[in-house]
Amino acid sequence: MRFLRRIIPGYWAGEGDSEKDLFRYRRLWKYSVSLTALVSLAPLVIMTVVNYYLDQKVLRVEMIHPISQHTSNTKRSLEFFIEERLSALNLIINDKPFEDLVDQKRLYSVLRNMKNSFGGFVDLGVIDAEGYQRSYVGPYELKGKDYKDKDWFHEVSLRGLYVSNVFMGYRNFPHFVIAVKKEKAGEGFYVLRATIDAETQIQKIISPFDLRPSTDVFVIDREGVLQTSSRFHGKILEKSSVAVPPYSSRPEVLEGQTGEGQSYLLGYAYIEQTPFILMIVAQRKALMMNWLSVRHDLIWFLVGSVVLILLVIFWGSIYMVSRVREADLKRDALLHNVEYTNKMASIGRLATGVAHEINNPLAIINEKAGLVKDLALLTEDFPQKEKIIKNIDSLLANVERCSTITHRLLGFAKRMDVTLETINLELLIREVLGFLEKEASYRNISVNFYIPEGFPSIQSDRGQLQQVFLNIINNAFAAMKEGGRIDISMREEREEDAVVVTIKDTGHGISKEDLPHIFEPFFTTKKEGGVGLGLSITYGIVEKLGGRISVESTVGQGTGFTVFLPAEKTRF
Amino acid sequence: MAPLRVLLIDDEEELVSTLAERLMLRGIEVEVGTSGAYAIECVQEKKFDVVVLDMKMPGIGGLEVMRRIRREQPGIKFILMTGRGSLEEGEEGMQEGAFAYLLKPINIEDLMEKMMEAVRV
Repeated sequence: MRFLRRIIPGYWAGEGDSEKDLFRYRRLWKYSVSLTALVSLAPLVIMTVVNYYLDQKVLRVEMIHPISQHTSNTKRSLEFFIEERLSALNLIINDKPFEDLVDQKRLYSVLRNMKNSFGGFVDLGVIDAEGYQRSYVGPYELKGKDYKDKDWFHEVSLRGLYVSNVFMGYRNFPHFVIAVKKEKAGEGFYVLRATIDAETQIQKIISPFDLRPSTDVFVIDREGVLQTSSRFHGKILEKSSVAVPPYSSRPEVLEGQTGEGQSYLLGYAYIEQTPFILMIVAQRKALMMNWLSVRHDLIWFLVGSVVLILLVIFWGSIYMVSRVREADLKRDALLHNVEYTNKMASIGRLATGVAHEINNPLAIINEKAGLVKDLALLTEDFPQKEKIIKNIDSLLANVERCSTITHRLLGFAKRMDVTLETINLELLIREVLGFLEKEASYRNISVNFYIPEGFPSIQSDRGQLQQVFLNIINNAFAAMKEGGRIDISMREEREEDAVVVTIKDTGHGISKEDLPHIFEPFFTTKKEGGVGLGLSITYGIVEKLGGRISVESTVGQGTGFTVFLPAEKTRF
Repeated sequence: MAPLRVLLIDDEEELVSTLAERLMLRGIEVEVGTSGAYAIECVQEKKFDVVVLDMKMPGIGGLEVMRRIRREQPGIKFILMTGRGSLEEGEEGMQEGAFAYLLKPINIEDLMEKMMEAVRV
């Protein structure tokens, strides 16, 4: 709360102005904040969101691209590998006559050559149209085996070539079979059949791609049985934990989820003319690492920017509205000042006019009464003579009282010739205090000066200033009981090119209702003897000298008068 | 001692006549007038020791009347009466050569004193 207090400006906290004004500044502030926030944050948020999705898209493409590339490359390699071996079988079956192939020795030399030039061949056999293996070379005794009812034999006899799934078979290691058929001229056909070591050969082709530790490359058949061992999705000849993807003649990339809920990217390709499907499974999480860090950065960037922008907007708006308010207050003060000056001038003119008109009849009354008194004194005693003279004396005394007022009133707005001289304000005020020294010591009133080093002298009118300070200090004395204190401080107001004298007392203060009227003529709060002209004359003089006077007061605590006087040249 | 001869000028007829009567009761020879023009005319015909002049009058003002008379007869003393509250106007008259100035309403004793002083000098 204290922090809020510090950043919330006065107009928000409800200091000073009227309720209507406060509401106005608050609304201004709200408008300013919401508008600037809208125009600055909206594009930022939109850009960030768009960027987020674009980045995600690009990253996805970047993620998919290498997988699809490798899938496609590996598919080609695998196809080439199988194609090559089928071609070798084709070459042999077409090149060698049937008689050569059923000859065990010759067949053995063929197998040896093939092992040397291609690799991966384990054995070789020739089966006649009845499914009877006529010759066989390899690590087992399979000559004479009957394949007549085997599916593969039917397939090769129909399609002309055959590639099997991987199986263990008699040999008890993973291998697969390829076979090609040759029509004999006029009488049936025969088949050349070879076994290929699946594990070493296929693994060799697909392994180099294994780039990331989280990526798994393996081959399944169309039933989903693993044809090679995999890292995470089962052992060879087990059912793969990844479902068989739909058929496509081209390499594809799919997104999917494993049973454990981990999402992955699957690159796959159906290998033509074989039951094999190449599978490349990349764990999405591992691939997403980069993306996640980008997203993380992006979110922090957004949050940071928003906070920064909001701070700037808040401070900017506070500053701006404060400036507007200051300008308003200044303008109001100026208007008030002008109004007040005009009011005082009209009152001054009225007072002078009235005083002047009254002064002449007053002079006549004075003479008439005087004459009556003269005549009465010259006449011999007559009844009531003493009483008459006494009354005339009272009449004359009251005329004098009236004339004192008219003279002071006439002085209120009189034409003044200002004589400029260099004045040390401290000395001048000390002189004025000299008149009141006795009263001060009698009433135990202390006077303190607070004057900064090097306080300048000013050009002004000595007599007028004496009158000003005498009036103010006199009032201060009148307001205080025994043991009061008067503080006189001076300072320079460089912006206004003025010197400022403040005279504070610890008197009874002036009530809020009285405060606006104290410079008006005939306004007095003194119960006895106050005519109410002192401060109005003071006001007039200070204005004439090119300065101004203001007052602050708290009932029970005291009153402070502040006199601004031009520091350099006076303007009359 | 011959009585003091005084010319009393103010645009308020009632004021001058009353004041004159009071001065005469005090043994002073008084001539009264209500305009500056009359004053200038009057001093040429008669001889006066003191002229008591209101400063603010319609027509020729007090200061101007004093200037003109003093040009002819520098010996005549002037006492000015001013209705203004400020003392500056009176001071201005003093600078122009008046002997004294008094604020209206006038205290008759002050006036008597100033007139006596004027002829003594």
